[in-house]
Amino acid sequence: MQLDEFFVTGEPLIYAGMVSIVLVSATVIFLLTYFKRWKWLWQEWLTTVDHKKIGIMYILSALAMLFRGGVDALMMRTQLAFPDMNFLNSQHYNEVFTTHGTIMIIFMAMPFLIGLMNIIVPLQIGARDFAFPFLNAVSFWSFFFGAMLFNLSFVIGGAPDAGWTNYAPLAGSELSPGPGINFYLLGLQLSGIGTLATGINLMVTILRMRAPGMTLMKMPIFTWSTLITTFIIIFAFPILTVALALMTIDRIFGSHFFTLTGEGLPMMWANLFWMWGHPEVYIVILPAFGIFSEVIASFAQKQIFGYKAMVGAIVIIAGLSFVVWVHHFFTMGAGAFVNSVFSITTMMIAIPTGVKIFNWLATLYKSKIVFSAPMLWSLAFIPSFTIGGVTGVMLGMAAADYQYHNTYFLVSHFHYVLIPGTVFACFAGLIFWYPKMFGHKLNERIGKWAFWLFLIGFHLCFFPQYFLGLDGMARRIFTVGPEWFTLNFISTMGAFLMGLGFIVFVHCVIYSFRFSPRNIEGDSWGYGRTLEWATPTPIPKYNFATLPEIESHDALIDMKEKGQTTFDRDKLEPIHMPSYTGQPFIMAAIMFFASFALVFEWITLAVIGLVGIIVMMIIRSFDYDEGYHIEVDEIIETEKKARGMTDE
Amino acid sequence: MKGKKVSLQKKWFTLLPVLLAILMTGCDKMAVLDPVGPAGESQKNLILYAVIFMLGIIVVVFTIFAIVVFKYRANNPNRKPEDYRPDHHGNVKLEVVWFVIPVLIVTALSIPTVTTLYDLEKPPESSQEKEPLVVYATAADWKWIFTYPEQDIETVNYLHIPTDRAIEFRLSSADSMASFWVPQLGGQKYNMAGMENTLYLQADEEGVFKGRNANFTGEGFTGQTFNVTAQSEDEFDDWAASVSEEAPELTQDKYDEILAPGLLDETMSFSSTHLEWVDHGSNEGRDYSVERHGDKYDEGLHLENKPGWAPDEIQQ
Repeated sequence: MQLDEFFVTGEPLIYAGMVSIVLVSATVIFLLTYFKRWKWLWQEWLTTVDHKKIGIMYILSALAMLFRGGVDALMMRTQLAFPDMNFLNSQHYNEVFTTHGTIMIIFMAMPFLIGLMNIIVPLQIGARDFAFPFLNAVSFWSFFFGAMLFNLSFVIGGAPDAGWTNYAPLAGSELSPGPGINFYLLGLQLSGIGTLATGINLMVTILRMRAPGMTLMKMPIFTWSTLITTFIIIFAFPILTVALALMTIDRIFGSHFFTLTGEGLPMMWANLFWMWGHPEVYIVILPAFGIFSEVIASFAQKQIFGYKAMVGAIVIIAGLSFVVWVHHFFTMGAGAFVNSVFSITTMMIAIPTGVKIFNWLATLYKSKIVFSAPMLWSLAFIPSFTIGGVTGVMLGMAAADYQYHNTYFLVSHFHYVLIPGTVFACFAGLIFWYPKMFGHKLNERIGKWAFWLFLIGFHLCFFPQYFLGLDGMARRIFTVGPEWFTLNFISTMGAFLMGLGFIVFVHCVIYSFRFSPRNIEGDSWGYGRTLEWATPTPIPKYNFATLPEIESHDALIDMKEKGQTTFDRDKLEPIHMPSYTGQPFIMAAIMFFASFALVFEWITLAVIGLVGIIVMMIIRSFDYDEGYHIEVDEIIETEKKARGMTDE
Repeated sequence: MKGKKVSLQKKWFTLLPVLLAILMTGCDKMAVLDPVGPAGESQKNLILYAVIFMLGIIVVVFTIFAIVVFKYRANNPNRKPEDYRPDHHGNVKLEVVWFVIPVLIVTALSIPTVTTLYDLEKPPESSQEKEPLVVYATAADWKWIFTYPEQDIETVNYLHIPTDRAIEFRLSSADSMASFWVPQLGGQKYNMAGMENTLYLQADEEGVFKGRNANFTGEGFTGQTFNVTAQSEDEFDDWAASVSEEAPELTQDKYDEILAPGLLDETMSFSSTHLEWVDHGSNEGRDYSVERHGDKYDEGLHLENKPGWAPDEIQQ
C-alpha cells in the first residue's frame, strides 16, 4: 500500500482537518509536558474506575463529538444554502452526512446520556459506585477508542459513505470498495462492546445496590428511565453486534450474508439494523425523558405528577420499541397487512408518550416555576417535542409514509424529536448536575443566551424542512435546484444560529470555570428532591458516608423534613473502595490496534491484536487486588471539610 | 427579567399562526399536496386528514403549556397561596381522559390508513374497465431504465404514460436498492435486485412531472432523476409507435454499457427490450450487473455541482 492511498489526499478541507488534528495534539502534548501533568493524567484519569470521573470523560468526549458532528452539519447546510454551491462534491457530501448521523447517534447522544447516568444514577440510589467499576472503565475506553477509530477515517483510508444506516448491498465490498465502510463496522463494534457492558453494569447496579428502603417504586424517575434503557440495550445491542459481525465477514472474508451475489439477503441487513435501530432511538430518548422529569419537578418545586403513570409509560414505550422496526421501510413492499400491523403499533407509541406530555404539563399546574437555564431547556422541550411527536404519528401512517419516506419531511421529524428530546436533555442535565460534577454552577445569564440562540436556530433550521419534504426534496441529495432556495437558505441560517448557541455555551463553561463562585452547598440549586443533592459538593469519592432509610421517590425532601444528612456519625463504618487500574485503558488500546488492522485487512496484525486482548483478559482474571478501605477517621475528616463544619 | 417571560409566551403563540399560514398558502404548490392521479390524491387526503388532528393536538398542548407556564411562574405578582400545591401528585379522572383521547385519535387515524394501504395495492377504481399498462422500471447506478413489454420498446431516463389508465410498475434494480418516486403521481416503493415490487400509479392530467430515485444509492444518486410525460392514450400510442419504428434495437453489449456505474448525459430510446436476456427482478438476474461492473466502483465519478446543473429541474 502506498502512502497516498493510506492518507486521504486531494481535498483542501481534509488537509485543513489534518493540520488542525496535528496542531491540537501537539498543543495537548506540549501543555501536559510543560505543566508536568502526564503523571496526573495517568493516575487521576486514564486509570480511574470512579463512576464520577468516567462520567465526566464520557461527557467531554460527547461534547467533542457534538462539535465534530455539528461541523459536519454546518458543512452540509452550507452546501445546500445556494443552488449553485460547489463547496462539497458528491462523494465528500456523502461522507459528511454519513459521519454526521453516525457520530451524533453513536458517539454523541448515547455517550452523553451514559455519562450523565454514570455520574447521577449511583448518586440517586445511594450507591458508592457501579456494581462492576472495572467493567465500567473497560466500557468507557472501548467507546472512546471506537469513536477515535471512526473519526480517524476522514484522514486515513477514507470515510464511510453509505449513510448511517449503511444499507446493503450499497455498503457491500462490491459497490463500496476500500476501507471506509470497515471503519464504520469496526468503530461501531468496538464502541458497542462498551454500550452493552454499561447496560449490564447499570442494570445490576440499580437492581442490587439501592439504598435501604428504596423499593423500585421509590426510585427517582431518571433512575427508572435508566433501568428500562438498560433492558433495551441488553435486548437490542446483540442484534447490532451480530449484524456488524456478519457484514464485516462479508466484506473482509468474502461471505455472502448480505451480498447480491451468492444468494445473499440484502434486505436482512435493513431488518437487523432497524431491529436494533428503533430500540436505539428509545435508548437515547427515555433517559432524556427521565432528565426532564427531574428538572421539571425540581424547578416547579412540586412532586412529579402521576409517578406511576410515568413509570408505566416508560415501560410500555420500551416494549413497543421492539415491535415497530418495519416502519423504517414501509416502502419495501411487504404488503398491506404487514404495513397495517406496523402502522398501528407505531401510532400506539403516541399514547404513552402523550400521557407523559400531559403529566409534565400537570406537574406545572399549581407549581412555582423558577426559570433557571436547565428549566428553560426542559420547558422548551415540551412544545418542540410535541411538533416532532405529531409528525411522527403522520409518518407512522404507512399509506402516507410512501410520500414522506426518504424526504426532508422525515429528516425534519427525527431532528424534531432527537434535538428537543435528547440534545435539550443533555444540556438541561449537564447544567442541572454541573455543580455536582465540578463544584460550581454555570453562569445563568450566558447559559440563557446559549439556550435562546440554540432554540430559535433549531426551529429556523428544521421547521422549513417539513415543507421542503412535502415539495419532493429527497434527503441525501448533495445539491438542490433554485425552486427550493428560500426554505433551504432559512434552514442554513438556523443551523448557523445553533452553531452560535453552541459557541456561547462553550464560552459559558470557560467563563464559569474562571469566575463562578465555588459552591459548597450540597443542594446547589436549593430545589433538589433526590439523593444526589444530599451529598456534599464536591462529592467525596465514596459518595455517601451513611444512608438514611428511604421512604419516597423524593428522598431529599423527606430528609430535610427530618433533618437527616448522609453523614450520621453513629452509623459510620470503613468503606470498601476499588483500586484504580490501567488495565482497561491498555485492553481497549489493544482492541483499537486489532480493529485498525482489520479495517485495512491486515489479518496477521489483527490476529496479534486479538491474542493481545486474550492475554489481557487472562492477566485480569488472575488479578487478586481486592481494593482498599477508607477508615472512619478519614471519612469524618472529609465530611467535615466538605460540609464546612468546624467541629464541636 | 419581566421582558424575558413575555417573550417566552409570545414565541409559542406566534408559532401557531405562522405554521397555519405556511400550510394554507403552500397547499396547492407543494408537489405531494398537488397530486395528478388517484394514488397521490388518496395520500393527499390522508395527509390533510391527519394534519387536522395534529393541529388540534398542537393547539391543545401549546395552549395548556402557555397558560400553566405563565400563571404558575414563581414571580407572578398575582400569585395566590392556593396556586401552589407541592403535594398535588395525581388525578385519576384526568389521567384516564388523556389516556383515552390519544387512543381514540390513534383509532381514528388507523382506519383510513389501513383502508388506503389496501387500496394502493390495487389498480385505481376510476380506470377499472381498462387493463393496466405494464412498465418495468429498473434502477441502475445511476439511471432509470423503463421497459414496455406490450409495445416492445425501452427508454432510459424518461418515461411516457397514457392518462386515465392505471400503470402497473414492476420495480427492480440492477444493483443497489433504489426507490421509484414520482411525488405528483403518488408514493414511492423500493427497487431491489432479485425481487420485484408492484406499484400502481395513474395520471388523470396531462403534463410533465418530476420523478427520481429517493433512496440513497451512492455517488450519482442526486442525478438519478427522470421526467414523466403523461399524455392522452392516442398521443401515447403515437409516441410508442414512433419509438418502435425509429429507435435502434437494444443489443446486449449496448445494454451492458448502459448498466456501467455512471450518469448519462442524454435520454435514450430503443425498439427492443433487455427482458430478452435478463430480468433483474428475478433471482437469476440479481447479480447480472455486479458480475460485469463490480470492479468499476473503485474509480468514483468525482461528481461536482457545475453551475446550471440542477438535477431537479425539468429539462425538456
